Amino acid sequence: MEAVQAERAGINLKPSGRVAEGAGAAEAPVEVGKTVGNIAVEDPIFSCRDVDVYYGAKHAIKKVSIDVAKSQVLAMIGPSGCGKSTFLRCLNRMNDTIEGARVEGSILLDGKDIHDKKRDVVQLRARVGMVFQKPNPFPKSIYENVAYGPRIHGLAGDRVELDEIVHNSLQRAGLWEEVKDRLQAPGTSLSGGQQQRLCIARTIAVNPEVILMDEPCSALDPIATARIEDLMEELRQSYAIVIVTHSMQQAARVSQRTAYFHLGDLIEVGETDRIFTNPRHRLTEDYITGRFG
Amino acid sequence: MSNTNKPRRTAQETQAIVTASLRRRYWAERRFRTYGLAAIVAALTFLVYLFFVIFSNGMGAFRQSELKLDIYYDPAVIDPAGTRNPDDLHAADYQALIRAALKKKFPDVEGRAGTRELTRLVSGSAAFELQREVVKDPNLIGTTRSEWLLASDAVDLLQKGHIERALPEAERPVSDQQLGWVDRLRSEGSLDLKFNKTFLSKGDSREPEAAGIWGAVVGSFFTLALTLLLSFPIGVAAAVYLEEFARRNRWTDLIEVNINNLAAVPSIVFGLLGLAVFIGFFGLPRSAPLVGAMVLTLLTLPTIIIASRAALKSVPPSIREAALGMGASKIQMVTHHVIPLALPGMLTGTIIGMARALGESAPLLMIGMVAFIVDIPKGVTDASTVLPVQVFLWSDSPERGFVEKTSGAIIVLLAFLVVMNTTAVILRKKFERRW
Repeated sequence: MEAVQAERAGINLKPSGRVAEGAGAAEAPVEVGKTVGNIAVEDPIFSCRDVDVYYGAKHAIKKVSIDVAKSQVLAMIGPSGCGKSTFLRCLNRMNDTIEGARVEGSILLDGKDIHDKKRDVVQLRARVGMVFQKPNPFPKSIYENVAYGPRIHGLAGDRVELDEIVHNSLQRAGLWEEVKDRLQAPGTSLSGGQQQRLCIARTIAVNPEVILMDEPCSALDPIATARIEDLMEELRQSYAIVIVTHSMQQAARVSQRTAYFHLGDLIEVGETDRIFTNPRHRLTEDYITGRFG
Repeated sequence: MSNTNKPRRTAQETQAIVTASLRRRYWAERRFRTYGLAAIVAALTFLVYLFFVIFSNGMGAFRQSELKLDIYYDPAVIDPAGTRNPDDLHAADYQALIRAALKKKFPDVEGRAGTRELTRLVSGSAAFELQREVVKDPNLIGTTRSEWLLASDAVDLLQKGHIERALPEAERPVSDQQLGWVDRLRSEGSLDLKFNKTFLSKGDSREPEAAGIWGAVVGSFFTLALTLLLSFPIGVAAAVYLEEFARRNRWTDLIEVNINNLAAVPSIVFGLLGLAVFIGFFGLPRSAPLVGAMVLTLLTLPTIIIASRAALKSVPPSIREAALGMGASKIQMVTHHVIPLALPGMLTGTIIGMARALGESAPLLMIGMVAFIVDIPKGVTDASTVLPVQVFLWSDSPERGFVEKTSGAIIVLLAFLVVMNTTAVILRKKFERRW
């Protein structure tokens, strides 16, 4: 939590300064709500309209509207402090846990507002799983880590069923072969990449519809990163995935759609191929061509 | 910055400056280490001295002089009617049996004064010991058995060498005549130092040789067990609520400040509070472990709450996020993940609090646990005392025989503390193993 807040607090003014020099004064102050590209998709799982997030007096996300499609990876890119993690955390209401955070606007999951009083946040988080930046397995055994979600939600009737869920989840996360002989070993004894895959297995064990990933590979080496990326390609057959990433190469490799955030504004959304080959907005172009960020 | 026009230093010059400062830096480190070592040596010296004094004074309390006498369980004295009625057996004059046995051993003693001198060799509590034996087994009546009886405190002090024989007769508690008897008994092997069962199994007494620590041990046990039972759940629940559920506002700030202040309140104030509220208002019994435990709970709560909150704070936020992200409710997050990780820290706070509660005497004086209580308490509402108060009581007694009892009680108190803390540390280790 603190890390995220610190990232926001340390919002760097460098990009906008440089943009002002390079792109001319006309384009520098981006107008709110004028996202370039098509924010809507057919049959969306998430449909967000005019979402504002405030941390106390700070306006962290400004009128962001975007849809998330099923069976697709949506990558959110942008410089540090641009609000992409904040926006991701709106989708399963993790911002509720931060004191002083306020979310406005409508976020529809399957057509129903997630902030509706009748909607339960526990149920929401069971449908929208999350994988964090730093692998954070519970200080319990590998088995217990994966079994925790099904257990609290009562998804397994008996031990056999639970064993099966654990097995399938580890299998789908590509971790089964490595840990099948030591399911009772502590989850924290695994390597960083294995821990992150354990966290993914833990998330898919409750059979969510959407998986949110907050820079899942930033603490991993290139080989572990490649494994996670392969895994995402597989997982998107069954789940909608929203990934926040610092690495444009990663966004280009894993996603079908890309959204570019800048200082709390959603600047441009589009097919990943199109964004990386033919960005329409000047800020997007500056960012992906490496002029800043 | 100001001397930018100075020529740049060469590498050799820089190195020379660094080398020159090295000696000073190392010396500072050495000096600091010496201070640290000196502090440890000083602390250890005091500790060793303390233990030496306590043990050299107190070990004597675990051995007690006993006299061997051939006791004839005279039916004419114990049960003249021959009814074997327990009430009659209780009421009999067992002192007469001891007097008769002593007279048989020293037939040359005559007159009331001489007999009185003679019976003073044996503790007044010895007769009760015989009474207990007979009531337990009436078949003893009519038989003769040799019994080891508690010697009086004067004989005990003489035996342990605490009485100067060279002093004039008027200045020592044993007369020349008694000295002679003691020497004769000792040469016959009828007077010896034995392991002091009385000290470890009986309650308090006016006579040093018959005084025991067990009443205070049981009182301390009841009081502390109840204190733990009350303060641990209340303290942990308060800490969890304040840390995990309460919103930060003026009220919680006020509560936090007050808890920190309570930790610094002198303990006797809690005693006064207990006296006024628990005894005065609620009418709970005086001198009872129940009230003592309630007062000590007030005393230990701030410590436990502060330590538990620190332990909860140290649980990494990533674990909380992971649990919440899985769809765990807040209470599931707390009970499944946060509390298990914080438990060792909570237990540490509890150990510190309980150790303080064990050594506390001032608040217990206020609620009447300082009374002279002979019976071993059987429950938490029985009148009782606790170990530190027992130490206080004995240290205040004029009899010379209580000096070693005081140190003996301190040894028992320390042993109690060691047992309690060891249990707690083992428990904490067990929870820590859950990575």
